[in-house]
Amino acid sequence: MKATSIHPIAEALPEIVALRDKLSWLSDGLDVRSLLWISGYAAGLAAAQQQGNVAAVAAEPAAAALSILYGSQTGNAKRAAEKLHDQALQAGIAARLLRLDDYTPKQLAAERSVWLVVSTQGDGDPSDDARRFVDVLRSKRAPRLPQLRYAVLGLGDASYPKFCEIGRIIDERLTELGATRWFARGEADVDIVSVLEPWSRQALEIARDELATPNAVASVTPIRARSNANSWHRDQPFAAEVLANQRITARDSAKDVRHIELSLAESGISYEPGDALGVWPENSAQSVQAVLSASRLQPEAAVTVGEHTRPLGEWLQREREIGKLSRPFLQKLAERSGSAELQHLLAAEQRAGLSSFLSTHRILDVLRAHPTGWDATSLVTALGPLAPRLYSIASSRKQVDDEVHLTVATIAWEAHGSTHHGVASDWLSTRTAEQDKVRVYIEPNTRFRLPANPETDLIMIGPGTGVAPFRAFVQERAAIGATGRHWLFFGNQHFSSQFLYQVEWQEALKRGQLQRLDLAFSRDQAEKIYVQDRLRQQARALYAWLQNGAHVYVCGDATNMAGDVHRALVDVIEHERGGGREDAEAYLAELDSAHRYLRDVY
Amino acid sequence: MTDNNTLSAVEGIKVRSRLLRGTLVESLADPITGALAEDDQMLIKFHGSYQQDDRDIREERRQQKLEPAYSFMIRTRLPGGVCSPAQWLALDGLADQYANGSLRLTTRQAFQLHGVIKRELKPTIAAMNAVLIDTIAACGDVNRNVMSAANPHISGAHAEALEWARRLSEHLLPKTHAYHEIWLDGVRVDEVRVDEGAGELGESATGESEPIYGPTYLPRKFKAAIAVPPLNDVDIFSQDLGFIAIIEDGKLIGFNLCVGGGMGSTHGDTTTFPRLADVIGFVTPDQLLAAAEAVVTAQRDFGNRIVRKHARLKYTIETHGIDWFKAEVEQRLSFRFAAARAFHFEHSGDRFGWVRGESGNWHLTVRIEAGRVADRNGRNWRQALAAIARIHDGEFRITPNQNLIIANVADAQRAGIDALLQTHGVDAGTAQSPLRLNALACVSYPTCPLAMAEAERYLPDFGAKLELLLVQHGLRDVPIGLRITGCPNGCARPFLAEIALVGKAPGRYNLYLGGDRRGQRLNALYRENIVEADILATLDPLLADFARGRSGDEGFADFLIRSEAIPAPPSVQFAASTRQSAERAL
Ligand code: SRM
Ligand SMILES: Cc1cc2nc3c(=O)[nH]c(=O)nc-3n(C[C@H](O)[C@H](O)[C@H](O)COP(=O)(O)OP(=O)(O)OC[C@H]3O[C@@H](n4cnc5c(N)ncnc54)[C@H](O)[C@@H]3O)c2cc1C
Ligand SMILES: Cc1cc2nc3c(=O)[nH]c(=O)nc-3n(C[C@H](O)[C@H](O)[C@H](O)COP(=O)(O)O)c2cc1C
Ligand code: SF4
Repeated sequence: MKATSIHPIAEALPEIVALRDKLSWLSDGLDVRSLLWISGYAAGLAAAQQQGNVAAVAAEPAAAALSILYGSQTGNAKRAAEKLHDQALQAGIAARLLRLDDYTPKQLAAERSVWLVVSTQGDGDPSDDARRFVDVLRSKRAPRLPQLRYAVLGLGDASYPKFCEIGRIIDERLTELGATRWFARGEADVDIVSVLEPWSRQALEIARDELATPNAVASVTPIRARSNANSWHRDQPFAAEVLANQRITARDSAKDVRHIELSLAESGISYEPGDALGVWPENSAQSVQAVLSASRLQPEAAVTVGEHTRPLGEWLQREREIGKLSRPFLQKLAERSGSAELQHLLAAEQRAGLSSFLSTHRILDVLRAHPTGWDATSLVTALGPLAPRLYSIASSRKQVDDEVHLTVATIAWEAHGSTHHGVASDWLSTRTAEQDKVRVYIEPNTRFRLPANPETDLIMIGPGTGVAPFRAFVQERAAIGATGRHWLFFGNQHFSSQFLYQVEWQEALKRGQLQRLDLAFSRDQAEKIYVQDRLRQQARALYAWLQNGAHVYVCGDATNMAGDVHRALVDVIEHERGGGREDAEAYLAELDSAHRYLRDVY
Repeated sequence: MTDNNTLSAVEGIKVRSRLLRGTLVESLADPITGALAEDDQMLIKFHGSYQQDDRDIREERRQQKLEPAYSFMIRTRLPGGVCSPAQWLALDGLADQYANGSLRLTTRQAFQLHGVIKRELKPTIAAMNAVLIDTIAACGDVNRNVMSAANPHISGAHAEALEWARRLSEHLLPKTHAYHEIWLDGVRVDEVRVDEGAGELGESATGESEPIYGPTYLPRKFKAAIAVPPLNDVDIFSQDLGFIAIIEDGKLIGFNLCVGGGMGSTHGDTTTFPRLADVIGFVTPDQLLAAAEAVVTAQRDFGNRIVRKHARLKYTIETHGIDWFKAEVEQRLSFRFAAARAFHFEHSGDRFGWVRGESGNWHLTVRIEAGRVADRNGRNWRQALAAIARIHDGEFRITPNQNLIIANVADAQRAGIDALLQTHGVDAGTAQSPLRLNALACVSYPTCPLAMAEAERYLPDFGAKLELLLVQHGLRDVPIGLRITGCPNGCARPFLAEIALVGKAPGRYNLYLGGDRRGQRLNALYRENIVEADILATLDPLLADFARGRSGDEGFADFLIRSEAIPAPPSVQFAASTRQSAERAL
């Protein structure tokens, strides 16, 4: 074994080599937390051995009594799973935490107890990291699982027609495969904690009784790694100074897109190209005012919820979601107002009607349409907590050191007799350099990374604000002197007013940091042209790049673009290989599982 | 001939261009930018277009990480400024379809469209050609649009003058097929190699050649015009090559030939200056084309191709002397120039309102301030003229003073045309003060890349203020020539004006005084780099003196010189040499 020669301890004690191989099957694919936990657990084992009860421990090599599996796109399910994992460890349950892209249904056959925390993306699709797991699970290849007991927590957003679809699918399929539903599935809406908390309380009680081992509790001494960088996170954001807030669409553009530069100086925060920045917005004074008058309340009224007492105005401005309408709030409003219309919408069989209602109405709309005698406290408790929004990072630290750049489309639209603004984009677009600070944290996206090999070619498809991460990619690859080629597909409505970062791309082309740039401006000519059309036009060259090992990245709109681009890629591959549809789809699926077809869509 | 190593960069571009092709086709197709490749920006001028950008929003777009708002100005070739109603309507349509919604009448009797974006350049130029208006050689180092007197007293002589202007323009057209290939999908002569050996005549592999210009064309732009006394509307002494029609008892017997005029200069560079043309002799009509070609080829061979600033014919003549030049031209001809004949110019302005021509038809000259035909604040010139074009069966004539003549109107039509003007809130302008009627302003901001100060957009404002001053001094009805340009290139021929503002920096101008109303005397710098208040304060006392001391219908600048308020302009020796040749003729 070559490895041993360079491993002093291993040389000293050959049996450790064997042990390490034994351990590897267990530790493979484990994330940092689990490994740290194992180190602690191992320490526990050592202690136990000295007490002589070797057999007892040796009999239980599969250290983890409970596996917590998660599938997450934007980090919510991940965070929820991590929380569960921590709590399980505290409760003395030998739990391990695994992400579904490092896990196959086959492994389920070796499990006793599993919790799954999964979000739903796209139009009822799995998160990218869970795609293959779900495919296999639903296929004939899925193993029978009589030995397994499981529980599922689904994350979703009731404003989508297929609410928590993936959670449901997994839950039902596992039963089909002979596994036992440990306890009822949870379905978390945008206001996640309100479902997460009761669900995990119940989960932990049941699990503790059945899984906790007293001496494990005693002996497990998990080591926590907390670098400065991680000390800023979602629930402890860093107040970043605004360095620049520059409109980057021309005056005659209907779209207002901002280039925003924030300072991470002194925060120790680091990020990688592909990561997103979490931004905690505040509601605008106007929208707070509008909600106040719609509910006929005064901003001064002091409201106490939990251990916090604040004036109503402050609750609404900083703590509560008063833009996006959610099912729980509609529920409460329906109860208070006794509106038959709302009751009807909320009826179980109304899923589709409800979701379209939720996505076409804002909280203000329903407050106005269904006036009821609100009191300050019940309004605050009825409203969900204000949630952070994510923005793809558009810069590389190798070029901007302690800055972070974003590309933000401000959204505003007319509906139900008033102008609505997106909460976060509107708030960001009104931040002024030097004066304002923005509360931020890094949302790592380990699935949207540059290839390790600097010689690998990149095909980047990013219309609209989807171009943001590719600005970071090109900056990064230029900084490390990567020799791989870069091909960008960008699109928008108009060349003259909406060619985001036009001058920078022109420079990159001149400097040889970008080899190809294909543009699709949909409204500059009679017929509409989109990036997917450009992909088809470039079929031959694209396929050649793919054959040459290129990685394909897609970023931007999930509703239409991602699907259109996917179909276009299949067309391109089918056209070039001439092997038919299945063959093309299989080829693309191959790229996917080889982490060469990566998407970050929203 | 000049030494190749030191030729100006532009000469290299011309040589490499394969008779004006360069990489224009590729540049036009490049989707990444609204601009052309650098060399092509120079070459496209020969095709009648300039790359520009909206200077009003240049900085704003830089901050938006967007390239400048590139667009193109297209200039037509329109000898004598004459076009048909159908052609007018076509251009009017293009103004909305592809350009900035306006038509611009130029000081050389042509049209300009502004704001045409790159991908619409080809359809626009093609559409112009579809109504038989081309743009070739409207710009570039070739003979530009040939001007011809637009005197509304249309006579047989004027008709002949116009006919010669057309022939001259045709005769001096580049012969390359590039224009048709690129804009009109004419056969693409792909591999046109101009081998420099045979280059003298610009022979190309395909037999395509430039017999007059050669493969590198002229060292610089070249401008020709025909004047019909007593009107000098074409400012004949500002042209590289001028023909002054000599008419004896109603018949055109020939032309006095003058050479070496020009306006362009650079602030603070005394080696550049405006110059009045010298009259060097007389030619009969049948000698006109040969004489013109000899002047052109002499300038082709002896013009300065090293320093572009000194490449115009006027500097060639300054360097070698007028007599040498005359001899050089004559030895290229089978004949000698006869002595120049007597001629007399009254003024260089337009005559507004209705006038009856020899044929008995009517001609209406209308005032178009700074030549901008647009629908603005209730004065809807575009709509009015389009409406007129629909009923008009004569023609339109653009004057060298940026105005328009609705020519050859039958008696019966007059009332209809007056009515159409009225319903669109415009009129011929006859009620305006002579100052406002005769003022010229170049385009300048926001499209002109060379502009240093506002001109076209400033004229209405400044004109009104100066007019007020005249009223105060009881001079409202005295014709005083005012010309404003945004820089010293002199596109509105400012150095011939009695009062000229020449842009120096935003809001700041050099004030020139001393031109005459006949276009025969240059003016001179009076105050440098001053703002509006100082300009008016400077003119106020001078106008006061003029009001008091004016004799008869003496002109403002004539008075200033006579009363020694200003020294006779320094460049007067050129004017003198002109006078001499003119006098010699008498
Ligand atoms: C449109 C017009 C002024 C107007 O208000 O009508 C004009 C407009 C421009 N002139 Fe001119 N010139 C115009 C008549 C003149 C005249 C008057 C004349 O020819 O009778 C002159 C003075 C005579 C002369 O040539 O000396 C004139 C001397 C120049 C010069 C200086 C040439 C020189 O020898 O120094 C330049 C700059 C250059 O060529 O480098 C110039 C350059 C330009 C450019 C193309 C700027 C540029 O080079 O990029 C201007 C375009 C502005 C725009 O946005 O439209 N223009 N230009 C006139 C078009 C005439 C035509 O139809 O061809
Ligand atoms: C991983 C990830 C990366 C992202 N990267 C970027 C990025 O780089 N740049 C960027 O701009 N955004 C990005 N987003 C989207 C961003 O997070 C926000 O969703 C977006 O800015 C809107 O948030 P908001 O608070 O302004 O609007 P909200 O207050 O959250 O309102 C948004 C909702 O308003 C409704 N709505 C929006 N427009 C209309 C309309 N025209 N008519 C009717 N209803 C409408 C829709 O229901 C929509 O869901 C990203 C999202 C994710 C998940
Ligand atoms: C592009 C996109 C599509 C989504 N589609 C659905 C959906 O079809 N059904 C649903 O219940 N939730 C949907 N959601 C909401 C997410 O499931 C919800 O935000 C969840 O908290 C995300 O968890 P994660 O960050 O772990 O991926 C969607 C969210 C995004 C950004
Ligand atoms: S004079 Fe100068 S500013 Fe005016 S149009 Fe000519 S070049 Fe432009």
